[in-house]
This record gives sequence, structure tokens and C-alpha cells, in this order.
Amino acid sequence: MLDFPTWKRAWLWFLTLAAVAAALPTLGSLAGVGIPGPQVNLGLDLAGGSQILLEANTKQVARQRLESMEEDVRRVLRQASPAIRIGDLSSSNGRISFLLDNPTQVDRAREELLPLVNGSGPVREWNLEVVDGSRFVLTPTKNGLDQAVSNAMDTATEVVRKRIDALGTREPTIIREGDTRISVQVPGLSDPEALKSLLGQTAKLEFKLVDTTALQSDVAQGIAPPGSEIVPYAPGTPLAGTSIAVKRLGGIRGDSLTNAQQSFDQRNNQAVVDITFDQAGGKKFADLTAQNVGKPFAIILDGQVLSAPNINEPILGGKAQISGSFTTESANQLAISLRSGALPVDLTVVQQGTVGPELGADSIRKGLLAMGVGSAAVLLLIGFTYGRLGIYANIALVLNVLMLLGVMAVFKTTLTLPGIAGFVLTIGAAVDANVLINERIREERKRGRRVVAAVEAGYKEASRAIFDANITNVIAAVLLFAFGSGPVRGFAIVLMIGIVTSVFTAVTLTRMWVAGWLRKARPSDLAV
Amino acid sequence: MRLLKLVPDDTNIHFLKWRVPFYSVSAFLIIASIALVFIKGLNLGVDFVGGQQILVTFTQTKEAPVAELREQVAGLGYGEPVIQIAGNKNEVSIRFPLPEDVADNPAASDAMTTNVVNAIKSEFKDARIDDLSSVSGKVSGELFTTAMYALGFAMLAISIYIWVRFEWQFGVGALFALVHDVSLTMGMFALFQIEFDLKIVAAILTIIGYSLNDTIVVYDRIRENMKKYRKMQLPELLDLSVNETLARTVMTSLTILVVLLALLLIGPASLFGFTAAITLGIFVGTYSSVYMAAPILIWLGVDSHSFVPEEDAGDKADKLARGEV
Repeated sequence: MLDFPTWKRAWLWFLTLAAVAAALPTLGSLAGVGIPGPQVNLGLDLAGGSQILLEANTKQVARQRLESMEEDVRRVLRQASPAIRIGDLSSSNGRISFLLDNPTQVDRAREELLPLVNGSGPVREWNLEVVDGSRFVLTPTKNGLDQAVSNAMDTATEVVRKRIDALGTREPTIIREGDTRISVQVPGLSDPEALKSLLGQTAKLEFKLVDTTALQSDVAQGIAPPGSEIVPYAPGTPLAGTSIAVKRLGGIRGDSLTNAQQSFDQRNNQAVVDITFDQAGGKKFADLTAQNVGKPFAIILDGQVLSAPNINEPILGGKAQISGSFTTESANQLAISLRSGALPVDLTVVQQGTVGPELGADSIRKGLLAMGVGSAAVLLLIGFTYGRLGIYANIALVLNVLMLLGVMAVFKTTLTLPGIAGFVLTIGAAVDANVLINERIREERKRGRRVVAAVEAGYKEASRAIFDANITNVIAAVLLFAFGSGPVRGFAIVLMIGIVTSVFTAVTLTRMWVAGWLRKARPSDLAV
Repeated sequence: MRLLKLVPDDTNIHFLKWRVPFYSVSAFLIIASIALVFIKGLNLGVDFVGGQQILVTFTQTKEAPVAELREQVAGLGYGEPVIQIAGNKNEVSIRFPLPEDVADNPAASDAMTTNVVNAIKSEFKDARIDDLSSVSGKVSGELFTTAMYALGFAMLAISIYIWVRFEWQFGVGALFALVHDVSLTMGMFALFQIEFDLKIVAAILTIIGYSLNDTIVVYDRIRENMKKYRKMQLPELLDLSVNETLARTVMTSLTILVVLLALLLIGPASLFGFTAAITLGIFVGTYSSVYMAAPILIWLGVDSHSFVPEEDAGDKADKLARGEV
């Protein structure tokens, strides 16, 4: 128990000093001295900044998936040779169903659809049923849908990251949270409005032909001719409040862009966005404009018409200009959004928070002060109560604080406001181990044991309770981490690391020191 | 130098003699607390009910103009705000529940935030917005549910651990002590209508951990004494164990209270509720490990036989506990 060979002592000192050294950069920055190395991150509540939680509209993913499946089914059956003809294809309740014109083609149709149904990934994406001989029913599988949502979220997270990077803010933290949420933290940003409007924009750009056959009175009532749909003008445009009918098929999407830049229209000095298509997109755009010279086409952003100019001549260079009554700022924002790609799914802000920098600085100052005063009181109390053993415990306590800081820095953990409380609490609780041990030594001495035997029994008997007590604290901290979010997690992390470092310093290190002293001084009495 | 002794040697207080009255009082307090939580309700923060919270500091004024502020903000038509002084007299927290038509509409709640902030800024030129948070109804509901799950799981998991390490009676005793601590703390929050948010749940989970420290120390001593004094009557043995560990209990509670007091008095104002909850919990937890966790063993009928066949396993665990690797 009290036997510490040299290699073990060296190893323990090495661990201690390494952890303490890791704390130096953080301590340096508190004192205003620059020491290179990883530091403890400050959470938003301490550093100041904005946090927003975005939630994806998963129903939309399901709907989009259904729409593209519809198109794929039509295409595949039409392109089969000989073509497989089908009756009306209807989709309701998330399912697609259609009737084959010729029931003898059931097996071939099934064959053709199989690749679509199985999808390209490891999970089957749709269930295919044939009812009443020739009616096909396609139902999305849960796995397939989950996969689609997950993919959409990955893309969305990436797009969010690109957009925030384009703003030039420093060190944003963007993480997926749960299945359908993205948490964004931007330190130092005190006004999140611009960020929110940037991330709230899906930026799905479409070019669709205007259905000129639609009657104005029908459009006003929201009735679209077959094959067309009604799209409203975007707020702020000259025709805002009215709608227009566009053809559902035959348009192109603006997701194949290589660049988008805000600029000004030469004629009226209005803010516009210049876009450049990639090769394939440019070719489609050229085809569309070449085939429809003289007709109007609508530029649609996120389901709202920006403008519907006439195609005066084919646009062959792969470059186009979007005007839509922009301000310089909104045009710039749209350019950023288009450059970063469209969000595969709409995101809405479900939670947001902003902390001013003054509040955080004040919290750190007061937290440090409380920590200083609290530790001083504990050190005095322990020192006066346990004498020499108390001094060992106190050195251990100071080392514990430094090691805790060091370990947090190495793992780049984030210190939050509740984390400061965790820190202070760790100081109060860490000495519990020493109190247990020292009280036990006192007891054993009172029973008449000699110093060495009493110390040995003290450490041995107290260890059991220390171990159990720390395990229960770990259980609480782990659950806190698992269920908590943001700042509360920061608190849980401090508690967990604190438990490990405090057992190390309060039990192992003090035992080593006491053992060394006993061997050297061979005391016959111990004031405890 | 004479060393400090907070608990004199050979202290022998007959704690267990008063177990019936104390138990009755505790049982009454638990029931009263639960009743309070249900009747009076907790003053739930925006984390749990959704809504908006804005922290404003008036940089040029000594005392925040609360009355004018209330008038100004209530005039916006979003319902009656809760305005409280937070920390210093020139700092206020403004809380709004989300009106029904806004609750499920993130865009509307966003507009509401902007309106409120603009109204404050235009009326009070020295107002500085320090903290602004807005939580939608959906998220807050989830936060509340997971927080309650976390509390429940923590209590169960810890009790099961105690059961495994000791005996089932000890597990039940620990669970009782935890229920006592958690319900009394929550009862206090209901009684004084202190804001109950996510941080407070974190505080309660911390209390659960630390309150168990005391319980475990007492239990560990009870187990040790049971092996040592096989013939001793249980009430006597429990008293002995509690007295033997009393010096440690007092000392540890004192060190934790000292740092908590420092945090309460000079720490950040926004941590006040959090620290107050833990402080309260430390008191309640210390009491419960003596008066809830120990006496229940008498009623559940623990005796030294519980540990005789267990010794081998116990010894093994001891080795592990000492970290002898």
C-alpha cells in the first residue's frame, strides 16, 4: 500500500507535470501572456456570440422524394422497349400507384422498376406491390426514407457551413443534432439577424416556362391548366400579391452553377445576381432559351417568382442575370446562397440565443473570484484541521485544479458558465477523499494503531467508499451529458474530468507523499 | 499547533432514537413538496415552456426602470411579460411566454423577438441587450421530457449500483434518500417560485451525485460494522456507524458549502439559481443520508448475514476500489 518504487513515482510525477504543463497556455491567456498550445475553449455563454438551432422539414424530404420517384417511374417505363404504357399515375398518402394498360406486361414492368425500388445504397428504398393483377403500388420503406433524410441533413449541414464561411465569421461550430436538427454557434456575433435570413433561404432556383394559355381569371382564383402550377410573385417585386401559371415540366433547375456574384444592372443600376452555369447546365439553359425565343419564362426562387422576362434571344454563353427588385444586401445574400448550393430541405429556426460579450466577461471575472475565495477558504480549513496530512491534501487540491484545466485544454473541451460552477464544485468535493482518508487515520490512531499501520488502514478502508461515491457521481455526470444540451454538457464534462483528476491527486498523489515522508522521517507520532 | 476538531472525539448522538418523528416529518415534507409542485406549479423557464427571455442591462442608470419597461413591453400586445431584477439593480430579465398563434410559427416568434428588442432599444437609450434566447414550443417540450428522463434514470441507475455493491435493502434506502432530496429541492422551487430551467435540472443531478456520497460513506461503515459486530442490535449499530462517520460528514459538507457560498455571494449572477439549488440540496442530502437512508434498513430488515456469503465478492471489489493494478 505504501510501497512506491522509483519507476512508479517517476511515472506519477510525469503524469502530473504533463497535465499541469497542458494548463499553461490557458493560464497564460488569463494572465495576458501568450503561451502556445491548445487552450480551453470558452462557450458562447462566456465568450459572447449567437447560437441558433435549425430544424429541417422532413415532410418536405418525403414529398420531394415522392415527386422524383414519380418522374423516374414514368421515364423508366416510357424508355423501356417496347414501352410500357400506364394509366393515370396517382400519388397520395406518400404512395405512388398506377395501372398497367396491358396486364401481361406485369413481370416486365416489375423488372424495369426493380433498380429504382432497390435504390443505389444498401437499403431497399421502396416496397413494390402488385394488386388486382395490374395495379402497382409503391410505398417508401422507413429505412429508405430515413436514409434520404439523413443524406439531406448531411448536405444541409455542408451548405450551412459554406454559407457561414462565406460571411467570414470566425470559428463557427456547426453540428448535426439528433436526426433533423443542425446547431450553429458563432462566437462574437452579437446580431444573428443576417445569419438567420441567410440560413432561412433554401435558395432553390428554377427557370420555368410561363403557361401563356392560362386565363388570367383562373390564375387569380388559383386554378392552373393541366400540367401547370400557380406560383406567386415574391414579396417586394413589382407584381407582388399576384400569381402566375408556369409549366410543371420542361424547366431547368439552377443547381448546376459554378458561380454567382452580386452586381448591378447596367441599364437601371439595380442590384442583380450574375450566375454562371456549369457545362451541362449551360447547355440545358441554351436549349431551353433557343427553343422558346419570344416566350416568357419565370425565374423562381424558393417557390416564388422573382421575375418573368421574355426570352429575346437564345442565351448560349452559360451566363445569366437574375433581377428581382433586390437590395445590394439581399442580392449579395442570394449570391452566397446560390454559390453554396441550395438547401435540400427547408430549415427553420426553432431556438436561438445571443449572449453579449460584456456578460460573458463579467461571468468569467466573478467566477474566477469566487473560485479563488472558495479555494482559499477550503485550503485554510483543511490545513488547520489535518496538519501535515492537510498540507498534502492542499497541494493535491491545487494540482487537481491545474490538471483539470490541462486535461480540458488537451481535449479542447468547452468551458461554459455552468462549467465554472462545476469547477468550483469540484474543488469543494475533491477534498472529500482526503477528509475520508484523514478521518479514518485519526480513528485508527485513536484505537492505538502505530502511525504506519494507521496510515495504511486509513487509505485501505477509505478507498472503498471513495470508489463507490465516485462511481455514482460518474453515473450522474454521464446521464447529465447524455440528456443535457449545450452549456449543461459543458458542466457534465467538467464534472467527469474532475472526478478522474481528483481521485488521482487526492488519493494516489497524497499516498505517495505520505509514504515518502513516513519512510524518511519514521515518525512515532502523527498530528492528525 | 493544535489541530482543529469540528466533532469532538467519542461523540455519541442517538440519531436513530428519533427516527420515527424524523421520518414522519420527512414523509410529510416529501408529500407537501410533491403537492406544491402540482398545485402551485414550477416557475418554468423558457427552456421548458418555450418563449423568449431577454436580459437587459441599463448602463447609465443605477436602478432599472422596471415599471416603465413593463408598460412599454406589455404595450406591444404579446401578453404580460415577467420582468425581474437579475443580479444587480440595473439588470433585468424579461420573460415572455409565446402567444398561442406564435408558438408553432418560428417566423412569427422571430419577428416578436425583433419587435421587443427594438421597442426596448428605442425607448431606453442606455439599454444593452446582454442575453437573448428564444425557444420554440416543440423544442421546449422535448427538453422538459428528456430532463425528467435524465433525473429518473439517474436515480434508478444509482440505486441499482448501490444494490449491486451492497444489498437490495441499501438500494431501496438510497432510492428513498434520492426521492427525498429531489422532491424537497423541487418543492422549494415551487414554493418560492424560483425559475426552474435546464440548469436547475443539472443542479439536481449534481445533488443526486453528491447526496449519494454521504449515503455511501454511511453505508460503507454500516457494512464494515456488520461484519465486525455480528451480535450488535441494528439501531445501535446504525447509530455507531453514523457517529463514526460524523466528523467526515461535517467536514465534507462544510468544504462544499464554503465554495458554494463563495459562488452564491460573489459568483456570476446568472448562476444564482443554480448554486442556490445545489446548496439547498447539500443540506437536504446530508440530512437524508443520516435520517432517510440509514433507518430504512431497520424496517427492511438487514442483518449481518446479508454480508457473510458476500465476503469474497466484496474483497475482490475492494481490491478494484483501491486501484491496485
